[in-house]
Amino acid sequence: MRSSSLLTGVLRGYTALLFVFVFAPIAFSVIFSFNSARFPTIPLESFTLHWYETIWADPDVWQALRNSVVVSLCTSVLATALGFATAYTDYRYNFRFKSAYLALVLLPPTIPLIIMALAMLAWFSKIGASGELWSIIIAHTVLAAPFAMAITRLRLNQMDKDLESAAWNLGASEWRAMREVIIPFCKPAIISAAFLTAAVSFDEFAIAWFVSGLNKTVPVLILEIVQGNIDPQVNAIGTFVFLVSITLVIAAQVFFSIRQSKVSL
Amino acid sequence: MSTPLVSMEGVDKHFGTFVAVKNINLTIDEGEFIAIMGTSGCGKTTTLRMLAGLEQPTAGTIRIAGKLMNDVRPHQRDTPMVWQSLALFPFLNARENVEFGLKMRNQPADIRRKKAMEWLDRLGVVEFAERNIETLSGGQKQRVALARSLVTEPQLLLLDEPLSALDAHLVIRMQSVLTKLQRELGITFVYVTHSQSEAFAMADRVIIMSNGEIAQTGLPRDIYREPANRFVAEFVGRNNIITGEVAGVSGKKIEISSPIGRFKLNADATVPAVGDTVTFVIAADLVEVTRAKPKADNVVDCSLISEEFIGSMVTLFLETADGTEFKVQLQERELATLDHNSGSLFYLSWKAESAHLLPAETNK
Repeated sequence: MRSSSLLTGVLRGYTALLFVFVFAPIAFSVIFSFNSARFPTIPLESFTLHWYETIWADPDVWQALRNSVVVSLCTSVLATALGFATAYTDYRYNFRFKSAYLALVLLPPTIPLIIMALAMLAWFSKIGASGELWSIIIAHTVLAAPFAMAITRLRLNQMDKDLESAAWNLGASEWRAMREVIIPFCKPAIISAAFLTAAVSFDEFAIAWFVSGLNKTVPVLILEIVQGNIDPQVNAIGTFVFLVSITLVIAAQVFFSIRQSKVSL
Repeated sequence: MSTPLVSMEGVDKHFGTFVAVKNINLTIDEGEFIAIMGTSGCGKTTTLRMLAGLEQPTAGTIRIAGKLMNDVRPHQRDTPMVWQSLALFPFLNARENVEFGLKMRNQPADIRRKKAMEWLDRLGVVEFAERNIETLSGGQKQRVALARSLVTEPQLLLLDEPLSALDAHLVIRMQSVLTKLQRELGITFVYVTHSQSEAFAMADRVIIMSNGEIAQTGLPRDIYREPANRFVAEFVGRNNIITGEVAGVSGKKIEISSPIGRFKLNADATVPAVGDTVTFVIAADLVEVTRAKPKADNVVDCSLISEEFIGSMVTLFLETADGTEFKVQLQERELATLDHNSGSLFYLSWKAESAHLLPAETNK
């Protein structure tokens, strides 16, 4: 009894520390974004919205935000569609070298980002496609599709294996069954995947930095500001990016849990 | 004679090197209630799935209403199925589930709705029409699933162990729902089950399958009383199976000598010759149990090993001196008349006409 309460205590402490390490830097960034001092020092000076006003007025920030939104929206749609198709292929068909195919499909997130970024840059310049907004979209789709695949595959695992056959049996062609049964069943996972892949893309820096050329996304812009000097604007942008990403991830999680509790949408 | 609704000729189905179904020849008439019964892996579900077009036969032909169906895709057939898992669409409510087949046939929404409500009403679940499928009980889901497959008014309904997930008392109720529906609608039912009581209670004709082949086809009573081979004898009911050598033949009456005694029985078709090895069965419910040695032709003395009490019926498990097992089924009140406290020795006896001789070629 005693040792188990000790264990619980240790585990609680460990979890708390983990959260501190993950969130403390973010919290500081948020706090300093409202601090009037030019340098991030404690004690804090007065509360200000000045840094937010600066970025609000900065056309570069707006351009970067536009780029990021376009890229993450397109990535989200493409990666989710691709992920769904791959997951369904895995669910429905058996073929030779399937395990090799699946390993290949799930590979991109395991490649170090910097290597993937360099490879993408090399490949895009070879085919004359670097520096375009859509080159970032392609690169991000490659990176994000496996996440969409994993989420959709999990959902398909929960599907009664007779459900699709039942649709055919009741007169649905294969395409019709896809539209009327498979996609509605996977809807929570598809929505969840769309949010998650958007978050992956919105946050992603390394690939975007290498491939973007003049079309900077928000994370690339942040790096450029930081490289020049220490500017609390970065904290303000960072806070904003964090809010967007966490919202997307939480949305993904919410749809994922709706799936668990079997409430139909 | 009119053409049968379903005819299968020489149908084989292989999965890789595994032979799931072997040389099935079968005709099913319009309005028949057929049960296909067998243990798991006997090929009964594969046979049903071939009728639905979900599997394609490796060899042979399948015709429905005279039309060759081998290569007809599942959605181009009108062979709705009631699934063991029910396979109701969880993202649709009860009514939308029932409407599905009509929607696939591009019927307008108002007609779909009207027909769906009629069928839900007919099956007594109309009050759950707008309910989420997950919130219904097993029996209610079962009725929705039935309504969903009947709403298109098919000629042929396929049922794949639809009652196996229900509680025993619900099974009985659903059995009467099914037989009543089948009689009223005049639709042909092909009902796959591993349960003898379901098959015998509902079907006009029962097909017993074993290892991918049809072991016997017949009326439930004939299958029960006159099994065509050892497999059916062991699978159906509680039969005592005795093998011995023919010691004497006089007309249709034959005498058999076996390690546990000499027995008399009547051959019904082919009469075996003296010296042939034959096997016969005596159903457990046709055996008399007595404490005193009866004056009868076929008597065996046994000791009681165990008994199984399932309510009004009791099964006694007995053993002869050489270890041959006997099963006897009797009414619980009959058992009460036997003196229970005078040792475990009992005499079993049966009439010669109660024994059923298995055809020779299947005595493997």
